[in-house]
Amino acid sequence: MSRIVISGNYAQSYAALLARVDVVSAYPITPQTSTVEKLADFVASGKLTAQYIKVESEHSALQVCVSASALGARTYTATSSQGLLLMHELLHWASGLRAPIIMGVVNRAVAPPWNIGADHTDTISQRDTGWIQFYAESNQEVLDTVLMAFRLAEDPEVRLPVMVTEDAFYLSHTVEPVDVPEQREVDLFLPHRDARAVLVPGVPSRVGSFTGPDHYVEFRRELARATDRVIPTLLKVEEEYGRITHRYHGGPLTTYRVEDADAVLLTMGTAATTARSVVDEMRAEGRKVGLAKLRLFRPFPTDLVRRLASDVDRLGVMDRSFTFGAQGPVETEVAAALYPTPHRPALSGYFAGIGGRDVTPGEVRRMFEALLHGTPTENRWIDLEEQEARAHG
Amino acid sequence: MAKLTLPAAELMYSGHAACPGCGAALSMRLLLKGLGPRTIMAIPACCWTVIATPYPTTALGVGVLDNPIEATGASISGLRAAADALGYKDLNIVGFAGDGGTADIGLQALSGMLERRTNAIFVMYDNEGYMNTGIQRSGATPQGAWTTTTPVGPRTHGKIEAKKEIMGIVLAHNPVYAATLNPSFPEDFERKVEKARNLEGPRFFHVFAPCPPGWKFSSEETIALGRLATDSGVFPLYEVENGVYRITRKGGALKPVKEYVEAQGRFRHFTPADEESLQEQVRAGWERLVRLEAETRPNPVAPVATGAPRPIPVPPT
Repeated sequence: MSRIVISGNYAQSYAALLARVDVVSAYPITPQTSTVEKLADFVASGKLTAQYIKVESEHSALQVCVSASALGARTYTATSSQGLLLMHELLHWASGLRAPIIMGVVNRAVAPPWNIGADHTDTISQRDTGWIQFYAESNQEVLDTVLMAFRLAEDPEVRLPVMVTEDAFYLSHTVEPVDVPEQREVDLFLPHRDARAVLVPGVPSRVGSFTGPDHYVEFRRELARATDRVIPTLLKVEEEYGRITHRYHGGPLTTYRVEDADAVLLTMGTAATTARSVVDEMRAEGRKVGLAKLRLFRPFPTDLVRRLASDVDRLGVMDRSFTFGAQGPVETEVAAALYPTPHRPALSGYFAGIGGRDVTPGEVRRMFEALLHGTPTENRWIDLEEQEARAHG
Repeated sequence: MAKLTLPAAELMYSGHAACPGCGAALSMRLLLKGLGPRTIMAIPACCWTVIATPYPTTALGVGVLDNPIEATGASISGLRAAADALGYKDLNIVGFAGDGGTADIGLQALSGMLERRTNAIFVMYDNEGYMNTGIQRSGATPQGAWTTTTPVGPRTHGKIEAKKEIMGIVLAHNPVYAATLNPSFPEDFERKVEKARNLEGPRFFHVFAPCPPGWKFSSEETIALGRLATDSGVFPLYEVENGVYRITRKGGALKPVKEYVEAQGRFRHFTPADEESLQEQVRAGWERLVRLEAETRPNPVAPVATGAPRPIPVPPT
């Protein structure tokens, strides 16, 4: 193991290098670029023996990965925002063809107006494409999650594509010390891809094909079953990764000081770091607050959310994106998970950190105060409330 | 009469789902005869999605990957990347797309594949319209042709715009080899497949694929119509290897386009002026081709010395 100081984007590149990917294909977009530049350096220097296909669009980048994967190659790509939106059709192809592609996504706001700041709208709006979605809090978590994602994606029980996301600039362009495992450790954890149901030269077969209602349903049900196997498989993969690296990231949902808490705030991505420090501050003041961090958004860890909620009376959900004409997307998921349970905490939803707005300790405190004192509310724009409060001193 | 010399092996099976007389089906059969079983083929949404028959059957004796309609160029880049990474040798990587999936919605990915110098063959089977969706116009539909989206009525007269010049677009990318193929000339077809198969780098085939229901002609006329298309100069047969043009069929004076036009219901509304206009376009296209052949001849000698270009027919008035 070696410790190096790198950005979240480089953590993506190092993970792809260690995974010995066969094929990389990408199209540049801010703020993803340094990931694919670093991979180009790795290939140029001979560190990485991979086919690096520089394409004319994100759509083609993902098609290259899908087709390479269909012939048995291990593939990696990275994108962000508009690029991910352009890939939308291919996202469905990747999951439908059971292609275990790994994609780094820098979460960036969606135009118009143009904005390159952190915002989860890009990946949240790909919720229903059949991809596994991880949200990372630190650069270390990015590197570890990408490596685990390859194992998870290629597991014969799963065979699904995975996106590992990182908040624009807070991770993509911020450097942190990251422990990088040795190549031989990774090789043990992640051997060559055991490719199944792929094209074999000389063997007549068809990957994709077309069907009527007589088989289509069965294909979809297989996809659903594979998705259902993601969380149990992930737990095994994390355990094995932990044995090798002595690092554990806690499964799909982690909690911080939620025991005896009067109010818990659930977040995804880098906001968790700020929220954790606010929890400590408020605990020091004798306020009983706690934090839940959702790492895995798809498949949604329904059971874990129910278990969390069974001991909590007030639960707040911070969405770093918004859905037009409904509650926040993560809040909606939480509400849906909790509806059939006997104990449903008072649920509140907040939008914060939209379009690169900082989620400040003040904003987090505002959400906790609202949870502790107010009646449950939905769709509160915390960025704007905080701005207003500051303007009026 | 010379004996037909084609590879005997069949990699397209009976039981396929093509319409009777389908030029695209015949083209696939001839193509795979020439390529052989070490072939992986990407097929976008097009007639051939259906012709190859639904899951769990297949009418093709090679590996086939489906991809969305606009992505075939990228798809074959990905297949070749994987083949190289995994060490598969002697593998033909082929994209087989319709004219929409090549020249319209597929143009960006095709351009990318050509520019990246992907070692693969991109085949455009040109049935001159969106036939799988029920005969809508594409960029490759000829000027004046009836389609369901270019109807003929008091205020409309078939497709207004000229046919998109896909060979010109492809050749601007300097592929190692590009050729026009017509299943009505199977030996010329096979010779080009054979030639392309043994080259490395981006290669392109523009294949003439008559469509009986789309063009409104009787299904037993496919071969005859294909011959008319080439012999009238509507679809000349030529190849371009590293920039050098060679016309591969010169059968004496070009036939007037009249016969070709009158054989198809999609041109039923043509006036003499329409026919004259098409004749003029065909004549200009043929002259240009003859000129390009002369200009790009690698060993420049007086054109007369190596065989004069054949006379250009005077369009009927």
